[in-house]
Amino acid sequence: MNRIIVCLKQAIDVSQLKVDPATRQLITAGAAKKISDFDKNALEEAIRIKEKIGNIEILTVTVTAEDAKTVLREALAMGADKAYMVNDPSFKDIDTLGTAYILAETIKKIGNFDLILCGETSLDSFSGLVSSRLAELLGLPQITSVRKISVEGDAVSAERALEDSIETVKAKTPALIAVTREINQPRIPSLMMIMKASKKEIITWTAADLNLPREKLDMKIEVKEVLAPKTERKRVKITGESAQEIAERLVKALMEEGVIGR
Amino acid sequence: MSENKGIIVYSEKHDLLLEILGKGREIADKLQKELAAVLIGYGVQGKANELIKHGADKVFLIDNHALTSFQIEPYLNVLHSLATKYKPETVLIGSTRNGKPLAARLATRLQTGCIPDCNRLSVDEEGRLVCERITYGGTAIAKITFKTKPQIATIPPRTFEKPQPKERNGQIINFDVKIETPKTEIVETKPLEVSAVRIEDADVIVSCGRGLEKKEDIVLLEELAQILNGQVGNTRPLAEDRKWFTEWVGLSGHKVKPKLYIACGISGVIQHVAGIRDAKLIVAINKDENAPIFEVADYGVVGNLYEILPALKEALKKQLQ
Ligand SMILES: Cc1cc2nc3c(=O)[nH]c(=O)nc-3n(C[C@H](O)[C@H](O)[C@H](O)COP(=O)(O)OP(=O)(O)OC[C@H]3O[C@@H](n4cnc5c(N)ncnc54)[C@H](O)[C@@H]3O)c2cc1C
Repeated sequence: MNRIIVCLKQAIDVSQLKVDPATRQLITAGAAKKISDFDKNALEEAIRIKEKIGNIEILTVTVTAEDAKTVLREALAMGADKAYMVNDPSFKDIDTLGTAYILAETIKKIGNFDLILCGETSLDSFSGLVSSRLAELLGLPQITSVRKISVEGDAVSAERALEDSIETVKAKTPALIAVTREINQPRIPSLMMIMKASKKEIITWTAADLNLPREKLDMKIEVKEVLAPKTERKRVKITGESAQEIAERLVKALMEEGVIGR
Repeated sequence: MSENKGIIVYSEKHDLLLEILGKGREIADKLQKELAAVLIGYGVQGKANELIKHGADKVFLIDNHALTSFQIEPYLNVLHSLATKYKPETVLIGSTRNGKPLAARLATRLQTGCIPDCNRLSVDEEGRLVCERITYGGTAIAKITFKTKPQIATIPPRTFEKPQPKERNGQIINFDVKIETPKTEIVETKPLEVSAVRIEDADVIVSCGRGLEKKEDIVLLEELAQILNGQVGNTRPLAEDRKWFTEWVGLSGHKVKPKLYIACGISGVIQHVAGIRDAKLIVAINKDENAPIFEVADYGVVGNLYEILPALKEALKKQLQ
């Protein structure tokens, strides 16, 4: 195994996302960004494989409409050797097929690799389609929902967590694996690692560098609206002098609501 | 079907396929299209009639030894051949760990859109499928439709009701296709203990979060659940970090719709709340008066669950017994 490519999405940090209460619109402009959690697990796994086997180059690939250098510095600090950022404002309006297509073209341009690691889904859009679309475009063996990986020469073996079973699957490399968050606990880079990483390279490509025909990036879906759900909850606080009093008042309220009792 | 471009539904999980058939029937009737179910496997022909009873006009049967267990390449190849021959307008696929990659790859091979994990489906004025799904970690609900055909959407388990079976007429078609060889090899399959109780069916859920200190304390919730004829639920950290449970409620877990959801020691982070949005009534017990769970609760109790839960048990016993 010589080279692992990790697909990293710069995602909106959904825990910090604000909603305009009047319109229920999300305030995405200026929202905090980070490496999508699941992709961080993928990167961590690549680093662990490298620590075990040695002499592997870890490259990250990011497709983004906005600059992602700050976030990619973190990936380099964690242990990636080089980061590729494919950045073009026109990527603002692409869907999962467009993203997978750009990833595929980028990876072809990079050249040889043994393993592609992806997160099973992304923190913000939560679609979970890109890794499968990428496997299809590159014609690779694909293993999804993976919670454990072992490299065995020119093959990989992986444990998949399915709904009602655990499946162990083997594939010859090159292959693509999508990991779940269970697989590991990503490391937090030390100050030393952060400083060392400042010398590492972030390579920036645009749509033109990849000769991407625009029609390949056309949206196949149309987003009609994205709105925060209406919360029409009563928000009544039940108080009392003692736990007993509170409990009795709560039970009374639940009886009146008709959700308990006969 | 080449004249009347219909709807094709597939899931490798039989119950989920029946659920999707119910919704598929509704849409097919509205658009006056044909509804076809796909049955893939080995020795599965016996199930075809049940699919017709649950709403399929046609069943495409692909019965082959090489299809005994799910593997992505051969199954994809079957669906792709079907889609190429019959040109369905819509393909609905069960959103499971195997079904979702299948849908994504089918959509890629057909150069079309895919909308995953839809909680609601409807049809717009132009007859396009409109899908609703939770996005941004539960902060928003997106309404999305398609610009290309076929329209491919995936449906999570227990999103739609299984329809009542009826005697109806339908056609079973043996679909002949060359089976692609898989690119991966299944070395071992270890079945997991899955509980037969479905939390989606519970009328009452008493749920715990990290506010619960010890595993033994789950009994506090179990006692309440028993009195209320309900089930115990939990947040993800209690499963993932503490391993007290194997499943959880929320965006990445089960989406529940009980009459009553009692959240005990749960902060109310958006990913958890995304799973309880359809509860009729939400009660929150949390010692932190600023916990976000109170924003989405109908009744809130600021207090220590270790004091409130035993008192609640007594009050309920008094009232109900
Ligand atoms: C992509 C993604 C998907 C996720 N999906 C899910 C999901 O599907 N479901 C899910 O649950 N989580 C999910 N999470 C995790 C989620 O973000 C939260 O971490 C989790 O829901 C918090 O669980 P909690 O409320 O139990 O814990 P905490 O947030 O730690 O809250 C514990 C609460 O207990 C209260 N408390 C403590 N002691 C007491 C006491 N004695 N009496 C009363 N109250 C007390 C505290 O005040 C606090 O509010 C997901 C996260 C990510 C990133």
